[in-house]
Amino acid sequence: MTPLQFQQIQSRRNFFRECAGGLGTTALATLLARESHAATAAIPNSLLAKLPPLPATAKNVIFLFMEGGPSQLDLFDPKPELEKWDGKPLPESITKDLKLAFIKPTASVLASRAKFQRHGQCGMEISDFLPHTATVADDICLIRSMHTDAFNHHPGQLLLFSGTTQVGRPTLGSWVVYGLGSESQNLPGFVVLSSGVGTSGGASNFSSGFLPSTYAGTQFRSGNDPILYLSNPAGVTPEAQRANLDVLRDLNTQHLHSTGDEEIASRIASYELAFRMQSAGPDLTDLSKETAATLEMYGVNGEKTKAFGTNCLLARRMVERGVRFVMLMHASWDNHTNIGTALKKNCVATDQGAAALIKDLKQRGLLDSTLVVWGGEFGRTPMSEIRKPEEADNAGRDHHPVAYSMWMAGGGIKGGQVVGRTDDLCFNILEDKVHVHDLQATILNRLGFDHTKLTYHYMGRDFRLTDVEGNVVKKLLV
Amino acid sequence: MIIRVLVALLLSAFPGLAAAANVEFARDIQPILAQRCISCHSERTHMANLRLDTRAAADHVLTTGLLLRKVSGQENSVMPPVGAPLTPDQIALLKTWIDAGAPWPASATFAKHWAFEPVRRPAVPANSGRTPIDRFILARLNAEHITPSAEAKPRTLLRRVALDLTGLPPTPEETAAYLADKQPAAYERAVDRLLASPHYGEKWARYWLDLAHYADSDGYEKDLVRPNAWRYRQWLIEALNRDLPYDQFTIEQLAGDELPGASDDVRIATGFLRNTLTNREAGVDRGEARFEQLIDRTGTVGTTFLGLTVRCAQCHDHKYDPISHRDFYQIFSFFNAAEETEIEAPLPGENAPYQAALPAYLAKRDEILTEYGVPALQQTWENEIRATMADPGKRTDWDFQVTEYRAGFDRADKVIVNNARKPRDSYRLTKFFVSHVGPIFAKDAPVNARMKEARAKLEALDATLPPMPLAHIMEDDPAAAPAFIHSRGDYKGTGSPVTSNAPHFLPAMKADGPANRLALAKWIVSSDNPLTARVAVNRYWQELFGRGIVGTSEDFGTQGDRPSHPELLDYLATEFVAKGWSGKQMIRTIVLSDAYRRNSDTRADLQDKDPTNILLARQSRLRLSAEAIRDEALTVSGLLNVQIGGKSIRPPQPVGVAELGYANSVKWKESTGADKYRRGLYIHYQRTTPYPFLVNFDEPDSNLTCTRRRSSNTPLQALNLLNDPVFYEAAEAFSKRITGIDDAFQIALNRPPTAAERARLETYGSNKLNLARVLLNLDEFITRE
Repeated sequence: MTPLQFQQIQSRRNFFRECAGGLGTTALATLLARESHAATAAIPNSLLAKLPPLPATAKNVIFLFMEGGPSQLDLFDPKPELEKWDGKPLPESITKDLKLAFIKPTASVLASRAKFQRHGQCGMEISDFLPHTATVADDICLIRSMHTDAFNHHPGQLLLFSGTTQVGRPTLGSWVVYGLGSESQNLPGFVVLSSGVGTSGGASNFSSGFLPSTYAGTQFRSGNDPILYLSNPAGVTPEAQRANLDVLRDLNTQHLHSTGDEEIASRIASYELAFRMQSAGPDLTDLSKETAATLEMYGVNGEKTKAFGTNCLLARRMVERGVRFVMLMHASWDNHTNIGTALKKNCVATDQGAAALIKDLKQRGLLDSTLVVWGGEFGRTPMSEIRKPEEADNAGRDHHPVAYSMWMAGGGIKGGQVVGRTDDLCFNILEDKVHVHDLQATILNRLGFDHTKLTYHYMGRDFRLTDVEGNVVKKLLV
Repeated sequence: MIIRVLVALLLSAFPGLAAAANVEFARDIQPILAQRCISCHSERTHMANLRLDTRAAADHVLTTGLLLRKVSGQENSVMPPVGAPLTPDQIALLKTWIDAGAPWPASATFAKHWAFEPVRRPAVPANSGRTPIDRFILARLNAEHITPSAEAKPRTLLRRVALDLTGLPPTPEETAAYLADKQPAAYERAVDRLLASPHYGEKWARYWLDLAHYADSDGYEKDLVRPNAWRYRQWLIEALNRDLPYDQFTIEQLAGDELPGASDDVRIATGFLRNTLTNREAGVDRGEARFEQLIDRTGTVGTTFLGLTVRCAQCHDHKYDPISHRDFYQIFSFFNAAEETEIEAPLPGENAPYQAALPAYLAKRDEILTEYGVPALQQTWENEIRATMADPGKRTDWDFQVTEYRAGFDRADKVIVNNARKPRDSYRLTKFFVSHVGPIFAKDAPVNARMKEARAKLEALDATLPPMPLAHIMEDDPAAAPAFIHSRGDYKGTGSPVTSNAPHFLPAMKADGPANRLALAKWIVSSDNPLTARVAVNRYWQELFGRGIVGTSEDFGTQGDRPSHPELLDYLATEFVAKGWSGKQMIRTIVLSDAYRRNSDTRADLQDKDPTNILLARQSRLRLSAEAIRDEALTVSGLLNVQIGGKSIRPPQPVGVAELGYANSVKWKESTGADKYRRGLYIHYQRTTPYPFLVNFDEPDSNLTCTRRRSSNTPLQALNLLNDPVFYEAAEAFSKRITGIDDAFQIALNRPPTAAERARLETYGSNKLNLARVLLNLDEFITRE
């Protein structure tokens, strides 16, 4: 979309005309007056679905954001060579000029305690920390050659989601909804779910930055009110709320007639959509119609797997309902200490749900059009970090932005393959480097966008997700 | 000539108004070349060895048809290569012009951009407009054969001006008094009353806080609370209420500390520069974090005071404006020479009790510290920290302790090595030590237990000391390393050294003193700076009409909008300076114009001619800001606590919002009692988990400077107003105040209901809470008409 077209759509005056498919004010007002209920229900929301400019292989995205930097060495990238160095510092030729967040380059190496085996037809090596993910090896594309520029959490997360380490830019989900709108008439287009503790980036990971707030991620919450203020105030019945909205709509319509301001028609539409969300929200989170097998598969009933598993199941249900971009955050994989137990805990919490999501999307025929991404803002060092020398076996790993792993599946990504190769210590990438900007370019490509053309004019220039970088990674594509 | 070109440029910016039968270079062609071609094809850049800034230089591509083929995509590469392609209209204009021989007046030049030319007082047009503002506006309307709308109804006008000037609606009593005032100048009196209201400072402070990108927390991962941030906001409200002239207002915020004999109050003003984020994530390079702050300060000052997108020049020369890479780092250099610090900033009445209690407090504190042997332990700890800083990489536990210290303690390196510490730094350091005793004592259980006890006693003692707010300010740093150009905008990128100076393309700075922040501030407000006054008056205009005379209030450069009324802008800019840079006078001048007072209803006859109301034949309906919506709901419900200033508040917020913050470290301790009902601008702004209502209603995220808010219209807003307990409580309180439909309309909307409205509500029954909920959700309620 050109900035000009976008401006036109955003213009308060044109907003309604665009959204109502060319329906003029007068015509609309007449409609509203004649059969107001039906007419307002027919007004699409401001996130009307749009076709992408290029052929697309994915319509939706589910981003499983593993916040904090999961250890690729213990999950996806086996390095038997590390055994030789275990407990010893690396040669200075490798660590020269290395800058790390906490540890010094002279720290000693920590070999992985995980066992790796080959899985699936493709024989992908995955660690025994992730037994469930191993069962979908043929569906996922494992990228062992991710790299990023930031070695601290918040800048790293900003780079991953907004394309720059500085705050204030729109994020991946908001760019996608800006470009594609939403297919849901009664749920937000960009939804965020979280489990575990809070993340470093907080709301900046799903902010709309300088894009209109319409494109910001809406945080769904656990409990009875999946969207903030979705429930009626105590004592207000759905019938009473509806009656209230009927009066509100009629008075707003009268005022629309007297002022001629089309913004009021949008306001009416927003209230009607809000009302529909009030029933669609609980319907979304009501899992009573899911089969026992499905609930079991996602681990919804397991104490440790419930939080993330439920979010995965909700993600599938949202995609079914036309939500464009679902972001699941799980924090924190920031295992500076006790990597053995802490990492295991996160794996137990998330492995089953993530694998179930792939299987479930696949069996429902949704995986082809849904792009699933798993990963964090960076990886972890082959060297150990020891914060408390007085405690035995509490070693962890520091941040490693130079080489780490992520996986993608569905939506036009070629599964059952490993892309990229790191050196024997997982220190550097040897083949097929994929920068986070390349990942972003690839995601947008699958959705039907040239990442250099999905722009927004702000502060005197055109901004885009990939800043001034990014190449589509052809090897990842079907 | 300049004026003619400007008018021509303006017309071209609004093609719907242009109705061009013949193509004119200045009106139709020059803007296309200026905006889309010249940045790469000027004398300076001449990419592909091509210049498009003179007829002779462009001759070849014009006469061979190459230019047309390039822009219309008939060659391999489309021009321009970035941004949207030229529109069919623009291509058609170029073709017509080239077909006519591409006439290029000798006077046409690309070198001068209107905003960088000196402000000159224009002659006021002669027509029937009542005020000078009206005459400028009427001149355009007359030329377009548009009759302006009539004045708004008195009730509407009063509500409009009250909301615009104070952010609060008029009370029914104020409305009654206004309607009863049949003397001449009743409106002027109402305006003067509102300008004198202390709520004026609150309303306009909130706008300035957007520019300063104020928040109550550090941002980034840790996002620690800044418990004293409000002290700058307090200064701001007071400065606006006493109408501190804008030139002085600017000087104090950028360099108050450098003024001779600066009072504490003036130093607090530099808190403007302290709203940058602070990255305290433990592993962060402190130097890089400070660099990011300096980048932000440079960008914020450039946008706020000069209306320039200087930040584009962080990495390279600005692609469109003449701001060079060097210019950016010359401005950066002013802030590089300053350091963050804190001072005690008591409010009236706070100092005496604090000072009275201080000696006994300090004596008692020393006693506790001695009792627990803290000085000796701290000495050991300090030695270890210093040793580790000097020789890192040997002991991982101490390395980690140093990292933590640097992240959590401001000016860590300076304070630890400096034996001539300021008393406040010594105090801070001991406070830090007792809660971060470090690896030696971590293993020593008895010491640990002792320190725990000491901490508890110190905390209890601290609670007995009367409050002494601190203010976060800037001061000169004589030891600052010289600034240099960071190639590609990278912290690590090295380039040639720079000295503090103004951008090269604007009038030079006076060389009569040190090139410090004070010199920068004085240069900004000097009479020959073409931008400052224009940028400032444009923002007043924007807040009062919904759109600036320059629509892009953040960008007065070549990529920004052209002014819709260039002469009016310059008239106001000169008027602003002539009236002593008085914000209140400028606002008064604007709101007394007929243009401001017009009815805001849309007009069918203008739908095609001026759909976005740029010519101002009428006023505009504007959705209220987040804060104003809250304030209005609290006002009509009678709940509002009108206390001016003070600390930030935390209204009720659903569980799960603050919990999204890093590692559950953000605590939202709900305000109690009357504090809950204070105005929206006092709501605590936690950058990583902002108060949802503010986000829903487009409060900017406070990470970057913001000159104009958006006005979105979403279902989340509807849910917020319908179901948020804060608004439901307001509806309940409102329902208890009202006697019936008429009364409710008067209080909420400042007008009686129409017959149709009354009829519809009567069918809804007599439940007052239902009535209250409808009114507080009406589009009209959250709109200033």
